[in-house]
Amino acid sequence: MWSTLLTPDFFNAILRATTPILFATLASGVAAKAGICNMALDGILLFCALFGVIFSNLTNSWVLGLLLTVAAGALIGLILAFFILNLKTDEILAAIAINLTASGGTVLLLLAFSGERGSSSFPSVAAPTITIPLLDKIPFLGQILSGRNFLTYLSILMVVVMYLFLYKTPLGLKIRAVGENKNAAESVGISSRGIQYIALILSGALCAFGGYFLSGGYMNSFTKDMQAGRGFIALAASSMGGDTPVGGFLVALLFGASQAVGNQMQLTNIPVELIQMIPYATTLIGLAIFSYVAMKRKEKISGK
Amino acid sequence: MNSEKKFEVFRTFFSILIAILVSFLLIFIVSKQPVEAIMALLTGPFKSKRNLANVVEAMIPLIFTGTGVCIMFSANQINLAGEGAFHLGGLVASVCALQLGLPAGLSPFVALCLSALAGALFTAIPAVLKIKTGSSVMVASLMINYLSLWFCTYILMHFICDPSVGSASAKLPEESELMTLFRGTRIHLGVIIALAVAVLGYVFLYKTKSGYELRLAGENEKFARYSGINIVKVILLSQLIGGAVAGLGGGVEMLSPIYSRFSWTSLLGYGWDAIIICTLAKKNPLKTPLAALFLAYLRTGASIMARSTDVTLEIVQITQGIIILLAVAEQFLSKTKHRLIAKEAKASLKEEEAA
Repeated sequence: MWSTLLTPDFFNAILRATTPILFATLASGVAAKAGICNMALDGILLFCALFGVIFSNLTNSWVLGLLLTVAAGALIGLILAFFILNLKTDEILAAIAINLTASGGTVLLLLAFSGERGSSSFPSVAAPTITIPLLDKIPFLGQILSGRNFLTYLSILMVVVMYLFLYKTPLGLKIRAVGENKNAAESVGISSRGIQYIALILSGALCAFGGYFLSGGYMNSFTKDMQAGRGFIALAASSMGGDTPVGGFLVALLFGASQAVGNQMQLTNIPVELIQMIPYATTLIGLAIFSYVAMKRKEKISGK
Repeated sequence: MNSEKKFEVFRTFFSILIAILVSFLLIFIVSKQPVEAIMALLTGPFKSKRNLANVVEAMIPLIFTGTGVCIMFSANQINLAGEGAFHLGGLVASVCALQLGLPAGLSPFVALCLSALAGALFTAIPAVLKIKTGSSVMVASLMINYLSLWFCTYILMHFICDPSVGSASAKLPEESELMTLFRGTRIHLGVIIALAVAVLGYVFLYKTKSGYELRLAGENEKFARYSGINIVKVILLSQLIGGAVAGLGGGVEMLSPIYSRFSWTSLLGYGWDAIIICTLAKKNPLKTPLAALFLAYLRTGASIMARSTDVTLEIVQITQGIIILLAVAEQFLSKTKHRLIAKEAKASLKEEEAA
């Protein structure tokens, strides 16, 4: 089994599985930094997976399709923000409502768009794979680093962008200030509501990239409930990574790897049902360990 | 009833109304026969005795998970593992029915007790993790739902599978089946158990010392701690009881005449439905049957609609989503609320002046 694990194909599988989770993890991170737990990511992933195939079919272009999908994701973030911040809906219940609406709404939208029930078969445009010149000539490493999907590269670039945004720009500082202590931020003249609006819209937009990748990259069509809890995994990944872009990236990579290992293990005679548990079990154990360490550290600081 | 409570009732009904109107609008957009679809949705359940019985059958699992979630959420623990507990309860009940070979009467009793126990132990996992490691109950419960699904599928495919039917267990023995109450329908003993659970849940939450402690800890954990309430005990108790109720629900559903084999290979969503029930019932188990009736009616109507017209069943999920969004939006209709409260205050002032 180990011989199949150390091939470039296996590393590609890791990156492929990581991409949607990574986008959602970054999305969860920016919302969490502003003090909001965005559990609606699961629904946004699903909505955007559908929007991806529909918009790319309509525009016949992956660039336009992707841009429209991202705009739609931002819009869902805006709606979520309106309910949480203006109408004072509990953030968890609002998220559950959006997830439910996504599960039913995507089926209904697909029915209205193409008359199909549950999965799409009309042509859509996936994000392209990109070959990096020169780099692809390096043996082994070149096969991993070159020839990946555009969105996979973008997701890794986004880790850097989000890091710079959150830690090196005034707006990022404001987001973190609001998340740290809303009242303190308000007292120095920051509008906490405005900042949280921005964070949630950004969160929706980031997540939309992941949704587009699910149906135009990871797979080539939309199927009902295809996000399969990735938004929830991302929530766990982000909180394990301390809600920082780099921490989230490392944990997302771990989940991607556990999913890829699972896919590889389907070739062995271990029951497939047990293999399906791997990503969720990894998340649960990882979360417990991380929280335990964080709790102990806190206790040490407070001198208990 | 004071005006604030009256307003809450009004807002809940208003949210439902808006949600249903939005659904009608959607039906008009997607359907070629919108009027037939809406008629089927609204009046379908009344069309025949069988349809009406379907509403009651659909109510039963919703009451169980709804009551379970009411108890868990009352302690302010966002434990979403009711979904997995329900699934596991169904599996445990069918394994007991298949493997123990107990006589009628005893068989469903033992199976249901064990499914409640399984549910309790299952939902306690996130609570124990929270107490021991400080990890989020919500995130952990989301993960273990999937573990429950795949564990149950594993047991189904490798231990109790009937190869002649594919992905379903062997036929459950007749001894384990819950009695049917009305001839010609599938309304079963479970409806009585469900109502009893809702009443007992209410008595526990609102009439016992533990229930009071639980609600107090849910409303203000710090205050509860300073008043000497053992928070760890309260959290654990609420999750154990809530999970037991959800697990029992899964067991009852599986042993009902509706199922003859264990065949659940995907999560059924009763855990999420329970959150709507809990929202509509305002965390009061006594109101869960009413909320469950509403949702069951909507479901039954929608499935009749899906069978007879070109609209899919999933439209109900949108209706549910909108209901939650509006029913818990504190600021929704807040101006009306203020007006109502101001009116009441003025009226009481006048009374005082007169006196």
